[in-house]
This record gives sequence, structure tokens and C-alpha cells, in this order.
Amino acid sequence: MYSDDFKFVDTHEWVKVDSDNVVLVGITHHAQELLGDLVYVELPKVGSHIKAHDVIGVVESVKAASDLYSPIDGEVIQVNNEVTADPTLANTDPHAKGWLIKVKLADVSQLDNLMSADEYKALIGH
Amino acid sequence: MQQTALYNAHLASNAKMVPFANWQMPINYGSQIKEHEAVRNDCGMFDVSHMAITDISGAQAKEFLRYLLSNDIEKLEKFGFGKALYSAMLTPGAGVIDDLIVYYTEFGYRLVTNAGTYEKDMKWLDAVSPNFKVTKTMRPDLSIIAVQGPNAIAKVSVLKPDLAQGLNALKPFTALVINDWFYARTGYTGENGLEIMLPGERAEQFWNELLDVGVTPCGLAARDTLRLEAGMNLYGHDMNETTNPMECNMDWVVDLSDSLRYFIGRDEYVQYKTNGARYIQVGLILEGKGVLREGQIVYDMDNNEIGIITSGTFSPTLKVSIAMARIKPIAQQQAYVDIRGSLEPVRLVKLPFVRNGKQVCGISK
Repeated sequence: MYSDDFKFVDTHEWVKVDSDNVVLVGITHHAQELLGDLVYVELPKVGSHIKAHDVIGVVESVKAASDLYSPIDGEVIQVNNEVTADPTLANTDPHAKGWLIKVKLADVSQLDNLMSADEYKALIGH
Repeated sequence: MQQTALYNAHLASNAKMVPFANWQMPINYGSQIKEHEAVRNDCGMFDVSHMAITDISGAQAKEFLRYLLSNDIEKLEKFGFGKALYSAMLTPGAGVIDDLIVYYTEFGYRLVTNAGTYEKDMKWLDAVSPNFKVTKTMRPDLSIIAVQGPNAIAKVSVLKPDLAQGLNALKPFTALVINDWFYARTGYTGENGLEIMLPGERAEQFWNELLDVGVTPCGLAARDTLRLEAGMNLYGHDMNETTNPMECNMDWVVDLSDSLRYFIGRDEYVQYKTNGARYIQVGLILEGKGVLREGQIVYDMDNNEIGIITSGTFSPTLKVSIAMARIKPIAQQQAYVDIRGSLEPVRLVKLPFVRNGKQVCGISK
């Protein structure tokens, strides 16, 4: 579930290197489990510059709304239109098809400060 | 934290348990949307044993309840034993203390009240009852299983073949009483179905039998989306002690027809009604982006604040966000809701949104 090629933040987003300085960002399996059936996802616009810890969107389930926090600094170069059209993708496949945004990193070394899979598993008590 | 007699049955069905009104209750068994759909299209069941059952007997049981309740139990007798009535208990200021169902029974009357209001309800009954010759008997020995959906009565009939005829003949808001088992054709989903009160020690076996005939276990989360689509109030959200029945679509449960019947809250209710309601309850359908939630503010077309959302969610049946709101009466059918700083358009509709599996309010999109 939480494999070693992913990095995590304590607001329950994940980061995975896609190519060189480009990463994919999504919400974790644990986050989608807490939220339940997702019904609405609002993502930042392509071209927008985002900063770590900023609220960049919202993920809403039937029962609750949850802010989406940026885990890193960078520029949004793509958003997953499939997940905005069908938010349940982030329930059924949160770490792959349910990715949310693709970001060109401002500083690749920032990834070193994020949690490893083991650290994240410890955080959520797995 | 209390557990119902079905606690182990919930765990066996992989329920996610959450604290609710001092009870450990199932919120879902995996997907609340699938549970919701099971109730709309087939049959689901809910453990609602956290709700409080109080039997009222004694020489003045009727007088007591005619004084305590806004609706008039006088009209139950002509239907015979098992007839049910939805009512409110009001404060002297005509705020809603709780909503409840009262049944007319062979032993007197049975009240089913909310779990979240248990302590204050009991205090209120204790405060009002000393002036009447009545006996109140709490029934924590009973469990309640709500079996709801178009196939609900058929499924229960499979398990209780001797009662099939009686169950199929039950009219809405009537109950079939067989010894300690009480089969009421009532519910909180907008579908046909039964709320079955039964001895707690029999609850797990009956729950498992229902599972075996294909009834889907459903949690509190699905119960909330179902009742919201059905336009039914949730105490503490859509109404409370500061809400007049006129402000939460509960004026139909205040019965003024017997001018000689004084009940608690009557004078203030009549006064409020005479002056004209300052607020009304409406349904909202979101036409903009996002999800409507409790606490969001409603604005009219001229940007004046007119009220607040009391319950909001995403409707699994309509596939759009819906809400119940308490607003000042306005002539327009359009308004705006502030969703995290963005004013999103909503359409005002008459409740309910869904009845018997079908949409009953128009959707313009």
C-alpha cells in the first residue's frame, strides 16, 4: 500500500517522482479511507505556482470536506481531469489512477525532507 | 460508551464503528453510497437500538401525552392498537425539545425518542409527569432494527411467513404487535419498510437471518443521506429548542383542532403563527460547484443574508448536492450559498427531494 518510491506529508498527501524534476501528487489511501465516498474534487489551475503547506484545493466526500495541502513548492503542469470528473477514482486507486496534480518542482532537494513510507505508516499507526 | 446488542454483528460485517450520542454505532460497512443505493433499490437494514423506547401506562397516560405532545394522540384510538403518530415535544416557548413517534398500544402508549436527546427528554418527562397518574418504563431490553427499501416487507415476510399477510396489509404508521415483537411500518428513509422492535437477546440472530436473505447492512452515514433526500429533519441540526415548528416544516405535527386541549408550547406557537413565520424551511439544490454543508450562509439575489443551511450533503440519488435550509421567506426561486468564500447558485425547492426511489423535486440542469 505505502511503497518506498512514494514520499508523504502529515496532511496525508503523497508525492511520487514521475520524471526528473516532475512529481505526481495525490491523497493517501489512509486519507480516502477516513473521508469515505468522494464526490467532489477541486484542484489548482494549470500554470499556478504552489508552495508547501498551502491550501491548493479541496477534496469532499459525502460526509466531509477536507482541504488539499501542497506537499512541495512548484508549478502545476497538469491536473487529473479524470478524477475531477469521477472523484471515486481517488477512493478505488488513490496512489495511481487517482493522482490529482502533476508538479514541476522548484527544488528537487525538498523531497528529502518528506516522510518515507515507513515514517508515514508509523504516523497513521499501521 | 454504550454498545447495542448488535455490536458484535456489526464487527462481523466489517463495520466502521464511531461514537454517536454516547453509543458505539456503525457509520458504514465500506461504502455509504452503496448502502444508500441498496435502500433505494432493494433493501437495507439499520441498527437503531440507540434510540430510546419509553412505555407510558396508567390511568392518566392519555391526559399526560395530550399535555406533553404537540400532536393530538386522541385521534389514535379510532384506528385501534398499533397506530402511530409523529409528534414534537415543545418547550413553553414552543421550541422543539425533540421529535418522536408515539404508538397507541394495548398496554398504553410507547414513545420512541432520539438517542442524542435522551437525558434531557427523560428530565422533561420527569418534570411534567408528577401531575399525572402515569408509569414510565424505559425499555433498554429492546433492540430496534429498521428494514427499509422497496423489498423490505417481502424480505421480512420470507423470515416470518406466518406474518406475511399481516405485514403486507400494514398501512403506513401502523404496527403489528406479536408478543414482544413490534413491527411498525415507519422509517426514516423515504422508502417503504419496517422498524422492528424486538427483545435484545433475539436481535443478533434476526439480524443474521436478514443478512442471509440478502438485506444490506447500512450505517448512520447512509441513514443521513437517505433522510435528507426524504426531507426529514434531524434533531439538533434542522431544529432545536430555539426553532419554532413553523420554521422547520413541523407545523403539521402541531394539532390545534381541539380548542380545549392545552399542551405545552401551545400559546407561544399560536402567537408565532399569528404573527407570520420569520423563517421557513426549504430545500436547496446546488447549481454551482462544491458540496452544500451545515452552517453555510444563504444569500438572496441582492446579496442580503437570508439564512443558513441546517443539513447538507451530496445526494447519491440525484447526483448533485442538496441541502435543507432555514431562511427568511423570499419570492425568488434562486439564491446563493457561500461555499468557502465563493457564492454558488442554488435553486429553492419544496421538500422532499426523493420519495419511494424517485426524484420528486424538479432539477433544472
